[in-house]
Amino acid sequence: MTGDRRRAAGTAPGWVLGTAMFAPSVLYIVLLIGVPFALAVLYAFSDARIGSTGLHFVGVENFRSILQSPSFRKALRNSIVFTLCAQLIVIVCSNILSIALEKPFRGRGFVRFLILLPWVAPVSLGTIGWKWILDSIYSVITWVLVALHLVKPFNAPMWLGEPHLAMASVILVHCWRLIPFSTVIMLAGRSAISKEIPEAAAIDGAGFWRTTFQINLPMMTPILSVAVLFGIIFTFTDMTVVYILTAGGPFDSTQTLPSLAFATGIAGSDLAAGAAISLFLVPVLVLVAYLMLRVAHRAEVV
Amino acid sequence: MAIVETRRLTKVFKQGELGAVNDVSLTTLEGEFLVFLGPSGSGKTTLLRMIAGLETPTSGEILIGGRVVNDLSPRERRIAMVFQSYALYPHLTVYKNIAFPLKAQGVPKADHRKKVEWAAGLLGIGRLLDRKPRELSGGERQRVALARAIVREPAVFLLDEPLSNLDAKLRASAREELERFHTSVGTTTIYVTHDQVEAMAMGDRIVVMNFGEVRQIGTPAEVYDDPADTFVATFLGSPPMNLVERDDVVVGFRPEHFFPVAVLAGRAAVPEPIRVADREGPYVPLSLRVGHEEYLGAERIVYGAIEGGAFHGRKVISRLSSTLTVRCEPGSVQAFAVTERHLKFYDRASGKRTAARPHTWQ
Repeated sequence: MTGDRRRAAGTAPGWVLGTAMFAPSVLYIVLLIGVPFALAVLYAFSDARIGSTGLHFVGVENFRSILQSPSFRKALRNSIVFTLCAQLIVIVCSNILSIALEKPFRGRGFVRFLILLPWVAPVSLGTIGWKWILDSIYSVITWVLVALHLVKPFNAPMWLGEPHLAMASVILVHCWRLIPFSTVIMLAGRSAISKEIPEAAAIDGAGFWRTTFQINLPMMTPILSVAVLFGIIFTFTDMTVVYILTAGGPFDSTQTLPSLAFATGIAGSDLAAGAAISLFLVPVLVLVAYLMLRVAHRAEVV
Repeated sequence: MAIVETRRLTKVFKQGELGAVNDVSLTTLEGEFLVFLGPSGSGKTTLLRMIAGLETPTSGEILIGGRVVNDLSPRERRIAMVFQSYALYPHLTVYKNIAFPLKAQGVPKADHRKKVEWAAGLLGIGRLLDRKPRELSGGERQRVALARAIVREPAVFLLDEPLSNLDAKLRASAREELERFHTSVGTTTIYVTHDQVEAMAMGDRIVVMNFGEVRQIGTPAEVYDDPADTFVATFLGSPPMNLVERDDVVVGFRPEHFFPVAVLAGRAAVPEPIRVADREGPYVPLSLRVGHEEYLGAERIVYGAIEGGAFHGRKVISRLSSTLTVRCEPGSVQAFAVTERHLKFYDRASGKRTAARPHTWQ
């Protein structure tokens, strides 16, 4: 009994210290994520509008109406295309890059630094840079193509002005931003594989493709799924690139769910509909996260 | 089966630096168990990796089965290698691990099961085929690695310290198993180790290496009894050979050939080896000031320094069977002796063997 009491007395300051240590992060999460999330849920089931003070509960009316709206369906479809294409390109490219950067060569440190730059730079600044690169009049890409006589100057492609080109541009800028992050994760996964394993595969007679697809990639599955999970969440929830490059245009052809939520809720001052659109992302992302973590867990290897 | 040959093989990792492997020329015999023995950094693993095709030689040639294989990839050399860590594929079952070389080399799928079962049966791991490597013990992993190596019926086996990850007890049984395995398959085998006991126990011949150079190639008896230079003399044997120098010559003798004279004079119980030594001709008397003694159960190791004479003060070691009852009190001076025919002579400058020469010992 005395032992128990002494232990209890001894743990009290520890408990206080522990609380004090994690309180700031709890506070941070509650204030900056919990409260807005709760507000979004509240708005989604109400008729909140910017400028009006009243708030009436309207049930699932907002969800019903956005599901019927063609622009929402288009945005949902765009979001999925956008995320899938970007992820596919990112995974393939970052894999290639991680293979290229694995073996030491002259200037590898510098190349690694260069590749990491887009991730370090603020998204908005990088995207503004791309906006200039893809500008309808001053585009440096068009200029190069014209100089190479690949396109006619009077009929140059409008990178951000034609629906398909605009979508491709948005996807590529997003890839540019996500590849560094993915590459770093892949490099970590790759360097965690003992050097002797690919060597054993080489002696066993496996060529490059067999080693890559039957040995290296399966062994990297856990970390690969972490990269994909983060990639999907970053792409699916991001609106900076879309907003700066095209603001959803032309004709909503690049509108994604986050940018539509912003356009409807803030720019269009229909807070309730905007909240409903952004809440629509939650179950999708929860499902993705759950699936990915399960894959990662199952593929965990010694 | 095939013969492996290297001709003036050299590997320099960094321009201007001493090579990791320098000018190594050696030839295995058909079906031989050849051991590369040396301290860490001696280049033995680099040499093995060049034979495997995992490192590109800076110069020189590698021949397997009479064919120059320098430009062939590992898969075209028909070799199998067992790595120090075994390098099993952690995400594949034992069956798929063993079948991987068959798959990679395009063996018809219909033959896989038969071959895998044959290899697994040879190593007694038939019941483990559905397990993943992480569910296996160290000894079982080693057997899986061997099965994966044997399944493609290679011309040459390369083993890189395959026992160093096992605990001492398991190592002894795994050693015996490896020997039995080699006898039964009879494939030319090159085995890299830094452990002289493994080398002596398993090798048909031993290649002793240091600083990227071959110091001696010979049977275990040859390298132990007739070391070619002072490095081999001190690297092999525990405790190592005593080396005492005088003028331009170094005289070497094994601790077991250095014993108290009392034994010879019959004043103590004399076991068989010493009586044989007594019959083996003249011996050289030396006085030993006893430093300290280690009792190791089966034997006693006496550390001390030579007292008086031309070799005064040189540190030497004597290895005595514990059945000898001679007392060696620390600090006392005892009459010891070395059988003359067991003395080795080395050139002091080069460290190489020289002819025996007459000496005054006092």
